[in-house]
Amino acid sequence: MNGDTTKKSTPYTVPIGPVHPALKEPVMFTFQMEGEVVKSVDFAPGNAHRGIEWMGMRRNPVQIVHLTDRICGICGIVHSLSFARAVEQIAEIEVPPRADYIRTILHELERMQSHLLWAGVAAHELGFDSLLFLSWRVREQSMDLIENLTGNRVNYGIVQIGGVRRDISDDQRPIIEQGLAYYRGLLDQMKTVFLDDSTIRSRCRDHGVLTYRDAQLLCAVGPTARASGVALDVRHDYPYCAYGDLDVHPVLPPQEFGGPKGDVYDRIIVRLLEIAQSIEIIQQCLDNMPTGEILWEKKLPKLLLTLKKAQGEAIGRVEAPRGECMHYVRMDGNDAPASWKVKASTYSNLMSWIPMLKGEQLADIPIIVASIDPCMSCTDRVSVIRDGGSPGYLTKEELTRLSIEKTRRIEQCH
Amino acid sequence: MNETPHRTPQEIVDLYKAEFGAGIHDARITERGEGVQKTKGYNIWIRLDRNLLKPAIKKLMDIRFPHLAVIAGNDLGTEIELLYIFSVFYGTKFGEYMVTIGIRLPKTDLTVPTITDLIPGALISEREKQEFFGITVTGIPDGRRLFLPDDFPQGVYPWRKDETGIKPEMVRELWAIDRPKDRPVPPVPEKPVPEKKPVEEVPAAEGKEKKTGGAPE
Repeated sequence: MNGDTTKKSTPYTVPIGPVHPALKEPVMFTFQMEGEVVKSVDFAPGNAHRGIEWMGMRRNPVQIVHLTDRICGICGIVHSLSFARAVEQIAEIEVPPRADYIRTILHELERMQSHLLWAGVAAHELGFDSLLFLSWRVREQSMDLIENLTGNRVNYGIVQIGGVRRDISDDQRPIIEQGLAYYRGLLDQMKTVFLDDSTIRSRCRDHGVLTYRDAQLLCAVGPTARASGVALDVRHDYPYCAYGDLDVHPVLPPQEFGGPKGDVYDRIIVRLLEIAQSIEIIQQCLDNMPTGEILWEKKLPKLLLTLKKAQGEAIGRVEAPRGECMHYVRMDGNDAPASWKVKASTYSNLMSWIPMLKGEQLADIPIIVASIDPCMSCTDRVSVIRDGGSPGYLTKEELTRLSIEKTRRIEQCH
Repeated sequence: MNETPHRTPQEIVDLYKAEFGAGIHDARITERGEGVQKTKGYNIWIRLDRNLLKPAIKKLMDIRFPHLAVIAGNDLGTEIELLYIFSVFYGTKFGEYMVTIGIRLPKTDLTVPTITDLIPGALISEREKQEFFGITVTGIPDGRRLFLPDDFPQGVYPWRKDETGIKPEMVRELWAIDRPKDRPVPPVPEKPVPEKKPVEEVPAAEGKEKKTGGAPE
């Protein structure tokens, strides 16, 4: 935060954070406001920085895989998968095809639960709490599937260097297919409640716009970039796991909704359509699942010995629910990697907030901030300093209330 | 926009070699195929003179506007290596390559020009490299710290492996930290009532195959 928060004249400085108005993630925002309108935006992340890369550079890769599981509470597989893929390339470990398919299935289940979680949060920010409850009720099915396949709801512990730690048995297949059928039956309903609602459309259409050019220049990734029309999806662009065998296309906002505008509404569309896409990917994986081993080497001492000898550098990247997740690993013949850089998807999307929030109203901040699905960490109060007076504190509840009131005002107009 | 021709990895390496000649120290292509069909993905690694960094990035932008993933770094002892990790040709079915442009900075002169004039989104990564490696990015539009808190000591750079790295006394081993002494001792729960619980659980587990519950996140 800059020191000039007590500035007297307009624009007013409105700090929001370090706990967050939208998600339970800490990031410090400082807004310069003229009346209700955001003039400029500054943000400071880092409140949840745990030095994981530093810890990793003092551990062996098998230990790090379990550390990567814990980088994010929602994306339980993308970090371990990125890291494992980087190490496998350095040590020239061939992953059995069946393991690649199991990784892909879990990868897509994770995308479904993450997008549904986000849909609930977005509904809450807009003031539709029954929709929040419905979205999260529906999400439970994918959580149950993940629990069935890995044993855990979060921190799956499924990825190991050289494969996966648990197979998908024949008994589990019908359970997955039931889950997919459940979601197929719900998709139309979800599209109706989110996209045909005139209030959601007025709150989200043309708000928080990120242009195609800005998305490129600011290195945006994932649904945030795709909603702006940038066709960028690692699953389509760069083959990994089973995606090299599959037909995956980046989901862009379709013409029937007015083409890519790069606003909040487009980001809702992209995520909803991606849930449908994930169902089909999982189905394709189940249909074409190869047989065979699931691990390159079961004996950990042997695996560790191979990894200790490995020298070189590699990049492991996957398409996380929020966009590209990338790990750079360099190993030099020691137990621990010489370098390890984790690049999560939100890292690339942070800069997009600046053009999105400029010119928007205070009450629109929660949904716009949430629209990139930021992944950092927790919320509590907002302080608003106006005319150099003593800070008035806006709690998260009050800010959300402002947002809800705006929704109610719009509803009355219809 | 950006309707430049798609190229093979070798063509990209050749373009660089033709343009920068002896300025390139190392250029190589790695490939990796996964799944059943082993469709190949390609990574291009180019290491060159430090003063060629910006021309090399401009060259990449001429080939096709790239996506900057991140700037990674290595502490090599007397030098810091910075790796600008890009991807080009996104949007092409399995036609995207990672292009990593590496430069080395001796620890006696850790300055590098900003690339935010070419790619504004590089700002986050440049700020992070400043605080974690102790390099100076000249011309950076915003040189404040990013992730490290304001009270983090100056002159300590977490990813360095020399004396400016994290000092041993800054590391607190979690296992060695006892409970705080200045707080009341928490009430220790009574020992759970034995025997009754397992009897209750067994029929429940039999009756319902799928267990609900589990800890909420």
